[in-house]
Amino acid sequence: MFTTPQALRRKGILGMNLRNVGYIARYNDRRLYPLVDDKLQTKMMARLHKVPTPELRLTVRSQHQIKQFEEKVKNLSGFAIKPAKGAGGKGILIIERRKDDLFIKPSGATLTLADVSRHLSNILAGLHSLGGTPDVALVEDLIKPVAFFKELSYEGVPDIRIIIFRGIPVMAMLRLATHASDGKANLHQGAIGVGLDLATGRCVHAVQYGRRITHHPDTNADLSAIVIPDWVMMMTLAAECHELTGLGYLGADLVVDENRGPLMLELNARPGLAIQVANGAGLLPRLQRVESLELIPRNPAERVAFAMQHFCRTPMAEIS
Amino acid sequence: MRERAGFYSIIALLITIGVALSWTRSSELDIPFFPGTQLPVWLIEARVDFVADGEAVLASLSVPDDAPGFRLLAEQSASPGYGFSMLDGHDTRRGEWSVRQATGSQTLYYKSQFVPVDQDATDRQHQRIPPTPQQVLWQEPESTAAAELLASATRRSSTDLSLVRELLKQIKAPGSDQNTNLLLSDMGTSQLLVRLLNQAGVPAREAMGLRLEDARRNQSLTPLVDVYAEGQWQIFDPDTGRQGLPDNTLLWHRGSGSVLDVMGGRNSDVRFSMIRQTVPALELGQSQFQDHGLSRFSLYQLPIEEQSMLKLLLLLPLGALVVAFMRILVGIKTSGTFMPVLIALAFLQTSLVPGLIAFTGIVGLGLMLRGYLSRLNLLLVSRIATLIVLVIFLTSILTVLGHEIGFSVGMTITFFPMIIIAWTIERMSIIWEEEGPYEVLSQGAGSLLVATLAYALMQWDLMSHLTFNFPEVHLIILALILLTGQYTGYKLTELYRFREMSKDDD
Repeated sequence: MFTTPQALRRKGILGMNLRNVGYIARYNDRRLYPLVDDKLQTKMMARLHKVPTPELRLTVRSQHQIKQFEEKVKNLSGFAIKPAKGAGGKGILIIERRKDDLFIKPSGATLTLADVSRHLSNILAGLHSLGGTPDVALVEDLIKPVAFFKELSYEGVPDIRIIIFRGIPVMAMLRLATHASDGKANLHQGAIGVGLDLATGRCVHAVQYGRRITHHPDTNADLSAIVIPDWVMMMTLAAECHELTGLGYLGADLVVDENRGPLMLELNARPGLAIQVANGAGLLPRLQRVESLELIPRNPAERVAFAMQHFCRTPMAEIS
Repeated sequence: MRERAGFYSIIALLITIGVALSWTRSSELDIPFFPGTQLPVWLIEARVDFVADGEAVLASLSVPDDAPGFRLLAEQSASPGYGFSMLDGHDTRRGEWSVRQATGSQTLYYKSQFVPVDQDATDRQHQRIPPTPQQVLWQEPESTAAAELLASATRRSSTDLSLVRELLKQIKAPGSDQNTNLLLSDMGTSQLLVRLLNQAGVPAREAMGLRLEDARRNQSLTPLVDVYAEGQWQIFDPDTGRQGLPDNTLLWHRGSGSVLDVMGGRNSDVRFSMIRQTVPALELGQSQFQDHGLSRFSLYQLPIEEQSMLKLLLLLPLGALVVAFMRILVGIKTSGTFMPVLIALAFLQTSLVPGLIAFTGIVGLGLMLRGYLSRLNLLLVSRIATLIVLVIFLTSILTVLGHEIGFSVGMTITFFPMIIIAWTIERMSIIWEEEGPYEVLSQGAGSLLVATLAYALMQWDLMSHLTFNFPEVHLIILALILLTGQYTGYKLTELYRFREMSKDDD
């Protein structure tokens, strides 16, 4: 039922307490948090650093702007509403398409304009924001996943989470929504976590509900066959997020859009630990390897090269 | 690493100060470490009776002054019409009653309370100038008898103390010789001993002790012998012949003068009644040392109302410690970090089971109502405000219902922090929508578990006793909380979460 602390330490598993004290508190300057906690600021910084993100269509800042919302989204068929200060994917509403007056979610559920307005007003009141502070709602273009990803995921858009420590990508996973997770990419809700080899972007390990799996339970896709396209580009994009925020310990969520290629979806100053379960490996040895470096290359490409060289693993397909 | 050393020395310092201060407070102020500790107290009443001659009256009663083995807790006199004052003489303390005119039989009372303490019976009464023995005059044939008795005792003894013992042995010897019998026919053992000792050049005097026995009335003082030897006054019990104060005896009168002097009256007598009471050690400690330096930093100085408020407040750190422990070391999820502490505080008023029922009832009903509210499309602030009103409605309804049925459960719900409950309902319903009922259940159960643990700790008598009477205990709690803040090991729940990972080896 339980394992022992010794076994976890041997595996190099990073625990929540050590993550908070030893990495987040030590490497993340509190001053910089608003850059990632406020998606609007993240977007501004991304534009400055020429990091591609989903196109921002409009922002809703006050109650009366909700009334104008309908006007403005008239010519958008699909869009995503996000709270600027939402944490952990909370409060994100995806509208895939519209049918007459109705808004249709990826799951097929329909919403009226009143439902959408209520969601907007909740966001403004701070329901989803950290600490309940008043918030701003962002309306973004919908991401059109590339065909490769579309086949993999049951609903929703698969995204790639990469942990970047001192600018060097140290671990990556692909998150696939399932029927059980209700189209969400949250691992503890039943989404699939696929650990990725940093050198090639190939699947090294996959889990659902913390247990190892080989095939997607809904689409029956062979997970071991996964190879992320444009992998080097993704890694470089992730490494660039370090410059964008200045945070030492960072989680970047990336997606691949059919038209625009790799995009940075959002950043997280307190990335979770589930990535270790997905990879079947602990973060600690890699973090310590990076900590032991005296000089970190300033060029993102060099940092990616370091990660690809040192943090590679045997892909799952080749083990079996 | 140096940072670490600094941190741990601060922790060590906090704990040391906490322990040392508590210990000092306990030993100096007699505040017990455990609640409910009882201490015996002797309530002694001296009753002075005499017949007044119709003139001015001055009655003077010797009262204990630094009685060895006892501490005076309180004293007072009850005597209508008389003026009363305490006089401190150089070796005695006397209570004096006075009245301009009195006739007929008079009764005066002196009441005092004594606490037994551990103390050496001979230490007090240091005298720099050794007293001189009194002149003793005998008549014949006592003079000869005394001289013979003394001579035989002197022969068999080497020091003043051994002389006392030898004399006592001879006086007390069964079927003693005629010298002793002759002398004892005139006076008591103690008086005889005092006279003999003075004659031998050893300063001695009579002292009076009070045998303490529970619920006795009409007791009189028993004579003791006070001998000056080896540089200090020492008590001998003439009845047993033993040196030192007999057990359970309060040294009532010592030094010069008589026990009772009455001017303007006759047939005077003093009688004692006593009763053994037990009082909580805590109260005793509080009442005894109000001016002690340490007790200025205690909370007893405050008005009762503030005290009872602080009593509750001072329990909060315990709750905070439980939350820190459960979240950091165990890794239990709660809805709202310190909400469980507030629930635990409410449990203190309601007691556990009714509290749990009431809380889950209110939150459950609130969640149902919140389901309807979400259809109304309200702004967040108004929605929570509505919830607060609804929660208060629910509470009132349950209170009335409970009252009708005959349960007082409803009553106790009013202790719950309404606004916190409203927020909890709101947050839980959001979690329900976004992460499903399982998450609501796990967070709700986690909160209640932590609240129950915090409650268990906070309602423990020992804890409320320690936190209030030894405020420095909070330094130790603080140190423990600081320690949890530096814990970087795995949480208990992580041992479960990552259980699969330690299995596969690749």
